[in-house]
Amino acid sequence: MSKSIVVVDYGIGNVFSVCNALKQAGCEPNLTRSASDVLSADKVILPGVGAFGRAIAALRDLGLDETLRRFVETERPFLGICIGMQLLMDQSTEFGENTGLGFIPGIVDRIPGTGTDGAPLRVPHISWGEVRPAENVSGEDWAATPVANGGAHDSFYFVHSFHCTPSDPAHRLAVVDYGGNAITAAVRRDNLMGVQFHPERSGPAGLGFLERFINL
Amino acid sequence: MNIRLIARLDVKLQHLIKGVQMEGWRKMGNPAERAKLYYQQGADELLYMDVVASLYERNNLSDIVREVAQEAFVPITVGGGIGDLKSVKQLLDVGADKVAINTAATKRPDILREISDTYGSQATVLSIEAKRLPQGGWEAMTDNGRNHTERDVIAWAVEGARLGAGEIFITSIDRDGTMKGMDLDLIAAVTREVDIPVIASGGAAGSAHVAQAVGAGATAVSLAKALHTDAVTFGALRDDLAKASIPVRAHKSEMVQV
Repeated sequence: MSKSIVVVDYGIGNVFSVCNALKQAGCEPNLTRSASDVLSADKVILPGVGAFGRAIAALRDLGLDETLRRFVETERPFLGICIGMQLLMDQSTEFGENTGLGFIPGIVDRIPGTGTDGAPLRVPHISWGEVRPAENVSGEDWAATPVANGGAHDSFYFVHSFHCTPSDPAHRLAVVDYGGNAITAAVRRDNLMGVQFHPERSGPAGLGFLERFINL
Repeated sequence: MNIRLIARLDVKLQHLIKGVQMEGWRKMGNPAERAKLYYQQGADELLYMDVVASLYERNNLSDIVREVAQEAFVPITVGGGIGDLKSVKQLLDVGADKVAINTAATKRPDILREISDTYGSQATVLSIEAKRLPQGGWEAMTDNGRNHTERDVIAWAVEGARLGAGEIFITSIDRDGTMKGMDLDLIAAVTREVDIPVIASGGAAGSAHVAQAVGAGATAVSLAKALHTDAVTFGALRDDLAKASIPVRAHKSEMVQV
């Protein structure tokens, strides 16, 4: 039996692109907001674009916050993309303070407005950035994650004004450079993974990442 | 940070077209097929403009975007004739990632705030057509340079950013389709005054012009005629820019599948 991949449909953006990319990467995703579908899935993907507050409110209104909490306890693979990654954290400072799902301890706040050389940085950060392992990630560990293409440092498409800072450095998987600042590009905790970039919009590198996630 | 190289595709009805200074349009091919080619060649993004949409007050690119979005996995921006949230939603639902707003925003600037509040600033691009004024400065024009807004381009860019645009897409009407280089004064003036990314458009024939635009402050550059006429390819652009120490995404290495 082929593995079932659920893409959570909570009315927050780009599900069409995510589903297209997953099809291209070799699976037939189930776009749904049904709790039973989510809970019976082999893997769950939480996409999202736009503002944190709107996204978390949409999840809660549909009762999906609790459904996702129960899915995460199954220890099956879970991937958050962009806002879907930021929602995994405890809280965000975007437009006031909003609490997140709290699956990974840490905060979401605005990207630094200056580089390490003191020069102003444009926000949102929009670029194809090369991801590299975070400080505490060994080469062997890196090569085994779906983010690394067999140990390579692929480039992915980033567009964001806010970024995640996990409280425990062990939860930081990958970083991307912006003006000398190491911005969190991917987080992980047990079966949870989140990526700040948009794999569905990152060409062959993004499709490769999705394929590796599907095959976990 | 890597500079983004963007393919701009102007569309009239079902044809890819290109003019000079936004006039004298000629047919250049099939807009969907060209976009797919640019994706395969390594475009960082695709940008569609429906050049007659404002006349009909509707954007006609949904079918093309739907087709291209299923095969080209890079961000797609769509502009032309978008005047309300309903048409924004329609385009995002078929695979567009961002919408570029010009005419509607000059008439009612709050549309930028509404789109940004609903779909995020990352989906909200303010498109400005800039025409150099004899006395200095630039005026924001609409409808492919035909209509005046009496808005100063720089002030309008600043206001657009304040209203929630996540990017400014700035086209020099004077340089559009000329392949004689970009309006570097314009790029420098806009990038100096706004703190969001700026995509420069109009006049680039190849890597030397792109490098000049980057030097003037652009974080992304769009090309049209040079691509449509096969004068340059994204592969050659990347190679030349990398040699000139302009940071660009390495495309070829990504094609290697493990």
